[in-house]
Amino acid sequence: MTDTRDALTIARTSDGRLVRRPLSPHLQVYRPQITSILSIMHRMTGIALSAGTLLLAWWLVAAATSDSSYATVSGFMRSPIGLLFLLGWIASLWYHFCNGIRHLAWDAGFGFELPTVHASGWAVVAATAALTALTAIAVVMAL
Amino acid sequence: MSETAKTSTTKTGGKLHVGVMQSELGRARGLGSARSGTHHWWAERVTSMALVPLTIWFVIAALRLVGHTRGDVAHWAANPVNATLGAALVIVTFHHMQLGLQVVVEDYIHAESMRMPMILAIKGAAFLLGLASLVSILKLAFMG
Ligand code: HEM
Repeated sequence: MTDTRDALTIARTSDGRLVRRPLSPHLQVYRPQITSILSIMHRMTGIALSAGTLLLAWWLVAAATSDSSYATVSGFMRSPIGLLFLLGWIASLWYHFCNGIRHLAWDAGFGFELPTVHASGWAVVAATAALTALTAIAVVMAL
Repeated sequence: MSETAKTSTTKTGGKLHVGVMQSELGRARGLGSARSGTHHWWAERVTSMALVPLTIWFVIAALRLVGHTRGDVAHWAANPVNATLGAALVIVTFHHMQLGLQVVVEDYIHAESMRMPMILAIKGAAFLLGLASLVSILKLAFMG
């Protein structure tokens, strides 16, 4: 036994023989599917949102500091690059939010049948698009 | 550990090496616990559930602050309901984030010498960033 991977893949049969558990086919031989794409997107949006917390913290700290530091954050958020960040953050948030609810439903034991998994996946895509558009419009109107 | 654990051969001929002196407990160590092993997973779900209403509240609150001054933000935070929910959002979000990022690092960083430092760095950064956000909300709430 050399590493953790061995510890995870080596197992014992009921009659006591040591065997290496079969590995799933590698990711790269799979055709992309709605299930796998949405799954990795949950992780990517989780990472994007994590980066976005820097912006959240900056906004709060600046608001607690001074008018001029607040003006700096506001200025950044209204710049083209700032608005692009904001749009990416809003889209990531709504995707992660909707798909997160889907995850929680699975955790509660619902929605595992393949047709349901596909339907809930497309529902997440549609809801993300709608919520992102709505939020973006609200931001633009308030600017 | 029984004799059969010493070595064994797969169908394809590859040798399976198992440390003779290593007990089953030794093999299992560091791979999670039978009792506390679900704690991380459960904490990620609890924070997710809390984030559903908090996120909706936050997006609406933030939208109403777009285009306003620092003074307006302070005025908003002076309302105890906003300060409480804002503090809750910050605490839960940063906790949820560091739990999630830990799993991402564990999945992709295999070198032991890299993994632990990265996880500790993420936890430290999340803690400080979260604390800075929390202190800021409280400062706005109490001192404007
Ligand atoms: C700014 C806020 C948020 C950040 C920074 C964040 C970050 C993350 C990260 C980094 C992960 C790990 C991803 C992975 O392991 O693949 C994650 C997972 C998760 N998040 Fe969030 N998240 C946020 C908001 C939310 C919200 C609002 C929900 C609401 C439902 C949510 C639900 C979940 C769930 C259920 C998981 C676990 C998914 C799994 O089993 O792989 N998150 N989040």
